[in-house]
Amino acid sequence: MSKQKPRLFYDAKVMFKRCMKIALRNPEALVQATLTPIFLMLLFGAVFGNITDVGDYSYVDFIIPGIILQAVAQATSYTAINVNTDMMKGIVDRFRSMPLAKSALLIGHAGASIMRNVMTTAVIIGTAFVVGFTPKGGLVDWLIASGVLLLSVTAITCFAVFCGLKAKTPESASGLMFPLFILPFVSSGFAPTETMHVAIRWFAEHQPMTPVINVVRSLMLGHPAGNDLWVALAWAVGISVLAFALAVRRYMRKMG
Amino acid sequence: MENIITVSSLKKSFKTNHVLKDVSFTIRKGSIFALLGSNGAGKTTAVRILSTLSKPDGGKATIGGYDVERQGDAVRAMISLTGQFAAVDEVLTGRENLQIIGELKRLPNIKSKVNEWLGTFGLEDAADRPVSTYSGGMRRRLDIAMSLMGNPKVIFLDEPTTGLDPQNRLAMWDLVKNLAKDGTTVFLTTQYLEEAEHLADHIAILHEGKIIAEGTPGKLKTIMPQRGAHLNFASDADAQKALQLLQQNGIAVGGLTQNMPSLEEVFLTLIGEKKEGESHE
Repeated sequence: MSKQKPRLFYDAKVMFKRCMKIALRNPEALVQATLTPIFLMLLFGAVFGNITDVGDYSYVDFIIPGIILQAVAQATSYTAINVNTDMMKGIVDRFRSMPLAKSALLIGHAGASIMRNVMTTAVIIGTAFVVGFTPKGGLVDWLIASGVLLLSVTAITCFAVFCGLKAKTPESASGLMFPLFILPFVSSGFAPTETMHVAIRWFAEHQPMTPVINVVRSLMLGHPAGNDLWVALAWAVGISVLAFALAVRRYMRKMG
Repeated sequence: MENIITVSSLKKSFKTNHVLKDVSFTIRKGSIFALLGSNGAGKTTAVRILSTLSKPDGGKATIGGYDVERQGDAVRAMISLTGQFAAVDEVLTGRENLQIIGELKRLPNIKSKVNEWLGTFGLEDAADRPVSTYSGGMRRRLDIAMSLMGNPKVIFLDEPTTGLDPQNRLAMWDLVKNLAKDGTTVFLTTQYLEEAEHLADHIAILHEGKIIAEGTPGKLKTIMPQRGAHLNFASDADAQKALQLLQQNGIAVGGLTQNMPSLEEVFLTLIGEKKEGESHE
């Protein structure tokens, strides 16, 4: 045992399984990851669907990416809570005093978080079909849209892991995630930015969620993604790398 | 016997709080070592440095010849830490908790090993229940079982009996003795003097960041000055008679027992504290 070198992939896989198990046993988090997005989709699609005019789109088609990011942000607050709970309890000391790859625990949390969010996203798209979603994009469009969503989920997850490490209590870890609950509403997710007040419009057009939402919406409905694709990718990759690097640094420093 | 842990001039401060000022000691392989001290004496800080969780500001510590600061992975492969707070996953079952540690330590035949440990610690019946339903004693036992998986050469037990009822405490003492019998080196911290006295081969008393006394329980007791002697008699009548006789002219006394200080008295005298009842929080 002592002869083996720590293997990041193996350790991270064990941690991933652990984090998945913990998450699946939290009924509140499960509801947040599945039922809440179903209701959100039904509510926006069935209740507001017919009264809202968003130009060329049907409202259901229009809001799917916004609903996805909103639901993902909400559900990912449990990632921040889970990370923080680990840090505040003795378990992290046990892991740190074992010969494991240093970032295995954080990667396990992030991996489990991404996996849960993929489930959440699938649930939303499934529900969207129920309320009349009519996609027009081809296979390649869908693959690119899925890739952009996956990277965005990764970015939100990495931010959550960092919040979990930064906060002193699980409650405040979730609190640090709060801006992410609001961002989807101040984006192109639920209303076209052209309809917004000038200052809000400027903000909406320059925050990271808007290009992601635009790309996903365009591709799913068979329109070209245009420049938004590169802006969205830059945001997602940039935030993922920065947040994860900060998280690892913070995790290491807590050992000092 | 060879030393497995050597600590020399260890220093650690948190801002202006100098927790460890100059701590040195050595621990022989296979022995039970107790670091004794009041709350806040720096016991946990010492354990954290030795288990590679914290870096010292000065001095040097080695375990099995490996430097805890520079050869952390080699040290971590030898040791196991049981902290003050049970390091278990509440929502997982006892079995799952052990399973994860087995996987992380890459043990062979994890399933049967898990069953073995569950049996050793009397947790078979509770094995498939979430830990959140466990009592404090069960949680502690699971915690220790997790630490013992993979048979570490050195086990750190930071206040292992704090919060345990007397029965579980005695069970813990037996466990510690058995570990040492099997060749594991046990490093335990405690604020309970009778625990150190009962268990340890070697005791170091940590006070205000320094080791103020060190040795076997027997040796520590000789530090105290002679405290006179007292006489034992089988009955009151005998005692009265003896007293009379003594008063008359000092005749041979049946039983003479020297007053030995308890370790508690040694401890309290050394650190210059007043005895404050039997507070064992």
